[in-house]
Formats: sequence, C-alpha cells, structure tokens
Amino acid sequence: MAQLTCENLSLGYEGKSIVQNLSFTVNAGDYLCIVGENGSGKSTLMKTILGLLKPMEGSVTTGDGLAAREIGYLPQQTVVQRDFPASVREVVMSGFQGSCGLRPFYTRAEKRRAEENMEKMGITDLADRCYRELSGGQQQRALLARALCATKKMLLLDEPVAGLDPMVTSEMYALIKSLNREGITIIMISHDVDAALKFATHILHIGDEIFFGTRQKFTQTRMGMGFSTLRGLKK
Amino acid sequence: MTDIFSQLAYYFQYDIVRYALIVGVLIALCSSLLGVTLVLKRFSFIGDGLSHVAFGAMAVAGVTGLTNNMIIVMPVTVGCAVLLLATGRNTKIKGDAAVAMISVGALAFGYLIMNKFPTSGNVSGDVCTSLFGSYSILSLSTETVIICTVLSIIVVALFVIFYNKIFAVTFDESFARATGTRAGVYNLIIAVIIAVIIVLGMNFVGSLLISALIIFPALSAMRVFKSFRSVTVCSACLSVVCTALGIVISLLAKTPVGATIVAVDILAFGVFSLIGAIKGRG
Ligand SMILES: Nc1ncnc2c1ncn2[C@@H]1O[C@H](COP(=O)(O)OP(=O)(O)O)[C@@H](O)[C@H]1O
Ligand SMILES: [Mg+2]
Repeated sequence: MAQLTCENLSLGYEGKSIVQNLSFTVNAGDYLCIVGENGSGKSTLMKTILGLLKPMEGSVTTGDGLAAREIGYLPQQTVVQRDFPASVREVVMSGFQGSCGLRPFYTRAEKRRAEENMEKMGITDLADRCYRELSGGQQQRALLARALCATKKMLLLDEPVAGLDPMVTSEMYALIKSLNREGITIIMISHDVDAALKFATHILHIGDEIFFGTRQKFTQTRMGMGFSTLRGLKK
Repeated sequence: MTDIFSQLAYYFQYDIVRYALIVGVLIALCSSLLGVTLVLKRFSFIGDGLSHVAFGAMAVAGVTGLTNNMIIVMPVTVGCAVLLLATGRNTKIKGDAAVAMISVGALAFGYLIMNKFPTSGNVSGDVCTSLFGSYSILSLSTETVIICTVLSIIVVALFVIFYNKIFAVTFDESFARATGTRAGVYNLIIAVIIAVIIVLGMNFVGSLLISALIIFPALSAMRVFKSFRSVTVCSACLSVVCTALGIVISLLAKTPVGATIVAVDILAFGVFSLIGAIKGRG
C-alpha cells in the first residue's frame, strides 16, 4: 500500500475550486516534485495533504505505516514576527510537539534526536542563537531540522529554496537528496523544473494540464519536452 | 533612610500588608507569564477588550450585592475570552471589530449600571477604583486574598505544564496544527488563562492598567533576551521585582498602588531598552 493516496481531489477555498480531479500516490522512498505556475494551487494541495484544509471533494489517505500526523513540513514562508524571541534549539524541539500528546515535557531521547537533526543540518553551532537573526539559508535549515523532529518517514517541502542564493540553493538540494537516500519520502514543491528533473523520481504538474508520473514519462510529454528544449536552449 | 525603614517595619507588622505584598507578587508573576504570547499572537487586543468586559461584569456584580465579585466577573470574562477567540477565527466580523464592539459596549453598560444602581454614595470613586485599582492594596478582603493566591498558583502550574505547547502554538500555529498538535485547544487554554489573569489583576491594579502589567515585563525582557525561555524567566522576575518595589513605594509615598507599579514597569522598560541598545551595538 502507498504511503499517501490522493483520490479525485478537488481543492479550493470557500466553495471556489482551484484544482479538480487530482489523483496520485506516493510510495515509501519516492521523491515527488510538484510543479506548476504561480497560483496553480500547489500550496493549497500541500495544506490539504497536511489536513490544514478540507478537500472539497475526494480523499487523502495515508498508509504503509504512516500516520497523518507523522508528516514533517517545511512551510512556504514562515512569517515569524520580527520580534519573536526563540533560539534555534527551541524551534527545532518544537517539532516533537505533535508526538507529545498530553505529555508536558520533552524526553531525553527527543532532546538527543533534536541534537542529531541539528547536526545533520549543520546548525549545531547555531543552536543557542536567536532564530530570527539567522540568514535565510540558516533559517531554512533550522526549519528542516524541526520538520525532521516531526517525522522519520515523510517530508513535505513548500518551495524550500525560494529566496536563497544559488550556492545555498544547491546545498539545500543536496541536503534534501541525502535525506531521501536515508529513506525519507520527499514531496517538494518547486518552481525550478531543472531541479525537479534532476532529483525527483516522480513529477506532479498541476495547472491547466495535470500530469502525474515518473520523471522519465514527464520528459516525454509535451510539457516535459518544452522544459527540456528550454533547458537545451539555455546551455 | 532609617526613617524609611522604620516606617516600612511599622507597616509590615500588619498581616494585611504582608498578604497584600504576597498577593501582588503572585499576580505580577502570573500576568507576566503570558506577556510574550499576548504580544506576539495578536492576542493583545483580546487582553484589552477582556479587561473592559471585566469592568462591565464588575459593575453588574456590584448591583447584585454579592460579597465576592469574582463569582460573576470570572465566568463572564472567561466566557467572553472563549467567544472572542471563536469569532476572531472565522466570521465576517473581523476579530478586532468584534473586540472593539464588546469592549466599548461593556464599558458603557458598566458605567450605566454603576450610575443607575449606585452601591455607595461615591459613584465616581467606585468607577475610578474599577478602572485604576484600589487606592491602596490594604482594602483587599481576606477572601479575595485567598482566592487570588489559589488562582495564581493554578495559573503558574498550567503555564509550566503547557509551556512547550504554548511555545509551539505561538511560534508557528500552522506547523503545530499540521503535525498533530491540537492548536485550537491550546489557544482556548491560553485565552482562558489570560481571562483569569485579567480578573485577578483587576482587583489589584484596575481594568485599565492590567494590560500594562501583562505587556510591559515581556516587552522589556524582549529587548535584551533572545530565547523564549530566557525572555519568560526574565519577564517573570522583572514583573515580581517591579511590583514589589511599586507596592513599597506606594505605601511610603502614599500613591495609588496600580499606577505606581505601572510607573516602575515603564522605568524598567526604559532601562532594558537602553541595555538592549548598548548590547546590540557592542
Ligand atoms: N487563504 C486563501 N483564501 C482564498 N484563496 C486563496 C487562499 N490562499 C490561496 N488562495 C488562492 O488559491 C490559489 C492557489 O494558491 P496557492 O496554492 O498558494 O498557489 P501556489 O502555491 O501554486 O503558488 C491562488 O489563486 C490564490 O489566490
Ligand atoms: Mg505556494
């Protein structure tokens, strides 16, 4: 059984639908890239998968040992207010909150895992720094470490490299790929079709034309060919 | 100098003064705890609105002639907190507008009742007390002292138990919700705690000044400290110190206790801003 199954989804806000009839499945270890125009409903889909938004029609189900709340999440932009006092460690630790239930404090094992995740993200030396004083790339790493605390199985990333400079962007992609190699299923929204074609195993295109399939299949479609020829022209 | 001390010693031989100090410090401790959340979560307008609601409820309670106002004031204020939170979330009337309507309404209604059914010969004195607190803390009844102490301890305990959840929900509500934290429940708990704190503080500094007691220590601490925990600890300590200082000064200088405490809080804010500026540059 697939980790995530979306069947006949219609997405939208307040009765106005944006995307209709969307069906796809994600299996353990997949790297799915969701591409599409600005405003085509990528973030909306993400929120629906996370249960923040109810689908207008259709269903989102998790399976293969994945519970709905075990999905880690990197929001498109976290609008943290300018003055919010929070250290990186506090932010990362808060990733465990969902699995805490009514337990008021974090366990020693959770603290250890938080340290490990910060190490993985290369932000151990920033642990006591103030979150909002970090650079964009450092903040993304902290939020990724937080997402890793919330899951061992599946990460949803909404434009994780938006606003990062090229160097930091490629570092971020490498980091995400390495997490995927460790067995974490990745669902990433991206503007960057180049990156999607480079890293993903599956592509979901939403917009006027909906496509779901493997990367190889995508490159053979008209859309995919368009992107490939564009890439060819650029080089 | 010895004069001041002998005067203080004179005051503090009375139980009622000592109790007042204890209650004041406990209320100060409680009110500072949720300051950061209140400031950062757009709840500050709710806090302000609620204090006006509490004023209205106080007026009604006065008319009923109950010995203890809190029996009425507490449920009404908590109820309004829940209501405001619910409306702020998902209605056509925007949250702020709903708060404004309720708070101004409660003020007018409260003043109307106090004038129509005066409980004493001095209506403006009563109004002033409700708005700005008792002139001296020594007018607190023993019953109020006990209730305040118990509720304060409950509030502190709840805050400690829910500390990590309050942080998660304040920092990033969507993430918390997406990963299975019941954000709605914790928002409700936060709102109820705020309502309780406001009612507690009303007896002490009055409904207009209670917001200051909640917000100033947090704002001061945020000038200097950068993590949630250090800000929380600092604002709690600061609030306790400022309040104790304010009470002592008001006893010696015979000034109104609520306003004195707020003045000390503002002074502390100035000092912390300065420290923050120096630290930021250094
Ligand atoms: N909270 C909201 N309420 C109503 N409409 C929204 C809301 N958020 C987004 N939309 C609309 O839904 C559409 C899709 O938005 P979104 O999913 O954010 O697009 P993408 O992430 O693909 O750029 C847009 O037209 C946007 O205006
Ligand atoms: Mg988006």
